[in-house]
Amino acid sequence: MTDLSPTAPGETETNHPIVLVDGVTKRFPGVIANDDVSLAIYPGEVHALLGENGAGKSTLIAMLSGMLQPDSGQIHVRGTTTTISSPRRALELGIGTVYQHPTLVPTLTVLENLMLGAPWNQRMNRAATRARLTEISNTLGITLPEDARLGDLSLGQQQQVEIVKALWRGEQVLILDEATSMLTPKGVDDLGQVIDRLRTAGIAIVFITHKLNEAVRFGDRVSILKLGQKVGDLTPQQLAELSPEDAIRNIVDLMFGAASQGESTAGSESKSELQSAPVVLATQRLATFAGLDEPSVTQVEFDVRAGEVFGIAGVDGNGQKQLAEALAGQRPITGGTLTLEGRDISRQTVVQRQKAGLRYVTDDRLGEGTVGTFSIGVNMLLKRIGDDPFWRRGTIQRKEVERHAETLIERHDVRTPGPDTPIGRLSGGNIQKALLARELDNAPLAVIYNKPTYGLDANNIQFARRAIRDQADQGVATIVISTDLDEILELSDRIGVMLGGRMVGIVENDRDAQRRVGELMIGVGVAA
Amino acid sequence: MSIEASEPTAATAGTDEDGAALPEWLVRVILALVPILLALIAGAVILLLLGRDPISFYVNIVRRGLISWIGLQETITRCAPLILLGASLIVAFRAGLWNLGVDGQFLLAAVVTAALSAWMIQSVPSWVVLPVGMIAGFAVGAVWSLIPALLKAYQGVNEIVTTLMMSFLGVSLANVLIKIPFNDPNTTVPQTMTLATTDRLPRLFDTTINIGVVIAVVVILIVHWVMTRTAFGLRLQTVGANPKAAMHAGLSVPLLTVVTFGLSAGLAGLAGSVEILGVWGNVRADWNPAYGLAIIPLVFLARFNGIAVIGFTFFFAMLSIGGETASRRADLPNYFILVLVALILIFMALTEWLNHRRALARRV
Repeated sequence: MTDLSPTAPGETETNHPIVLVDGVTKRFPGVIANDDVSLAIYPGEVHALLGENGAGKSTLIAMLSGMLQPDSGQIHVRGTTTTISSPRRALELGIGTVYQHPTLVPTLTVLENLMLGAPWNQRMNRAATRARLTEISNTLGITLPEDARLGDLSLGQQQQVEIVKALWRGEQVLILDEATSMLTPKGVDDLGQVIDRLRTAGIAIVFITHKLNEAVRFGDRVSILKLGQKVGDLTPQQLAELSPEDAIRNIVDLMFGAASQGESTAGSESKSELQSAPVVLATQRLATFAGLDEPSVTQVEFDVRAGEVFGIAGVDGNGQKQLAEALAGQRPITGGTLTLEGRDISRQTVVQRQKAGLRYVTDDRLGEGTVGTFSIGVNMLLKRIGDDPFWRRGTIQRKEVERHAETLIERHDVRTPGPDTPIGRLSGGNIQKALLARELDNAPLAVIYNKPTYGLDANNIQFARRAIRDQADQGVATIVISTDLDEILELSDRIGVMLGGRMVGIVENDRDAQRRVGELMIGVGVAA
Repeated sequence: MSIEASEPTAATAGTDEDGAALPEWLVRVILALVPILLALIAGAVILLLLGRDPISFYVNIVRRGLISWIGLQETITRCAPLILLGASLIVAFRAGLWNLGVDGQFLLAAVVTAALSAWMIQSVPSWVVLPVGMIAGFAVGAVWSLIPALLKAYQGVNEIVTTLMMSFLGVSLANVLIKIPFNDPNTTVPQTMTLATTDRLPRLFDTTINIGVVIAVVVILIVHWVMTRTAFGLRLQTVGANPKAAMHAGLSVPLLTVVTFGLSAGLAGLAGSVEILGVWGNVRADWNPAYGLAIIPLVFLARFNGIAVIGFTFFFAMLSIGGETASRRADLPNYFILVLVALILIFMALTEWLNHRRALARRV
């Protein structure tokens, strides 16, 4: 069984799972990450493991790949109870994992990367490696440039190398952790073909995702995790009988209960009311030069009234982030003006703008929004270090910091053991709640949200969108930058479209908006 | 290479949600003491293999470095520059910057302080000379960090490389200064003019301990308080833990970087000044104790905690004072004590690795 030779599907279906997870429980301080979870993984079958952020998917995978040990319960591999004591042991057992984050060396070639796993005391054998690469590539139906530097490959191809590496020793189980998160739509299609070939070759695939449609699209069998528990599954028979829409509806019911569909929240104030509201934030011919590696922003003009949601749509990388940073003060404005309630603030610092009521909710929550090792309490005040009453005569008042954090934690329903917990230990959704809590605290006038629901699960997406809309209804001038057109259409009163660092058009969010925004995004009807 | 911010930050200290395991502070104490204990045990094994009596070796260290009155005074006196260097490194490390140039800053400040104070004492009383000498030492150290600081702040040049290079340059420049402009013509060995014993830092009561150690303890306590309790300290820690977040929060990362370097290097310079004004009175061309590199692991062992640094420094000072005698009695080279230090480092790395695994296991 160390060979990837294709076998006909169905014939080898012996109905014996290759890996059987039996009642596995894993606890962390304050959390049960996996609570009595059981799964069966069969050869030649794609087992989609679906769950929100923090549902326990990563923990389960960590146990299958030998990074963690279960507290109780057992894992059977090929019928025998097995302790997967280390990642190396997992590979020996034939379980290969492709992690969400790249694990290869970008400066080495494809071939060199594949030779890295060889025992240290043996000569590296280029010819054998090349042959093995060809063999696996043929099975997968892909071609890889063996001598190209890995960093020069597209993310999709890099992932293919990861897959090859995970199958290098004839592994029979392949775990794909959020495999589509970095891929283009084309890349996802390619991945789908690779998965088909693997299924045909009799490999058991565990496909971890938080996206419903992917679970249904790729999975032969779907298991749903929620808060550490397996709340349900769909067998291959069930999946075959249901249409994709029905399958998704079934899964949604399992994941969130019946009530989950978001209603369109835009336009809760009438247009005329909005038009009479005062302009809060406005730019005139705004420009920021971002160097040669990033898109610069030029000639951006828009205004946002109190209570209005102004959506900024566009394909990713057309200057949205640079615009947001220029508005927030993180990036110098090199031309034009930015006014808040009529005052020119284009020369003000981040802190001055923050104090004046302009807030920026960054899309890079862990990278720049928070300091992962600091407590939630401190992170909630990260932009107000030194302010009364949290610091008196320069000295921190821990009681005040804690009280402040507890208030915000409660108001925004942040799930955390307490305000002292390092924020990096929270799940993505809760970190976003904490960030929203920080930026919306203390009387905001205008708030810029950059991709506010990026990477969140359905529940937290709804929560975040409701929070955004509620703030706007209270009179906050709101800018929502998003690459998710549905989100823009759901939230916005008016929509501006960014293309090549310019705002190429602003449209009212009416029935025709989707078509016109879509055209503007790809440059149709834009004066050169 | 980055400094892991695994140590407690200002506001995370306190209760931990981890009910079943040991309290966090106790774990830290154990993590700090275990490598020392293991190193002593491993050292004993080596001594046995060499046919020496480990117990009498360790007893000799303690007897000479801690119990004998003369030795204890030497140990405490030795603590002064070490603690100040510890304070210097705490500032830098907590802000996420590797100031590895402390030895150059220390020596250069020592030379300038020695020359300046010996020259000034001819015309002004010592109560003026001493503070001026310390301020000068601080300033010299700070200035010597300016190039690495500016390169790091505005060009992102790796400060590990630049501070180390500036350290070598500083040591060489100190040598030149001793041999040419500041050379005392009345001695055969090249050295600076000497500050008379009576003009040096006053001694505590009836001992040979000068007030340098008091200065050092006060300084490191202030540094500890500033870093853990004040807004300024939190800003530095934010820059250290996540510079992008610091920028996002509107902190001027380049400015804070330069300030951090200035403070850290200034304190290293102050250490040099105190050592000269308190103990030596001059600098000989062959004198370079290189305390800085010895103190770096201690600062890590102490997890950047100022109070803990005082404890470890005392232990290290005792080890080096008592170790000389103990090695001589056991008929071992003077450098045997370095074997113990090396063992501590090895076990420290091991404990750190185990702790890292523990931290990984805690992640949800």
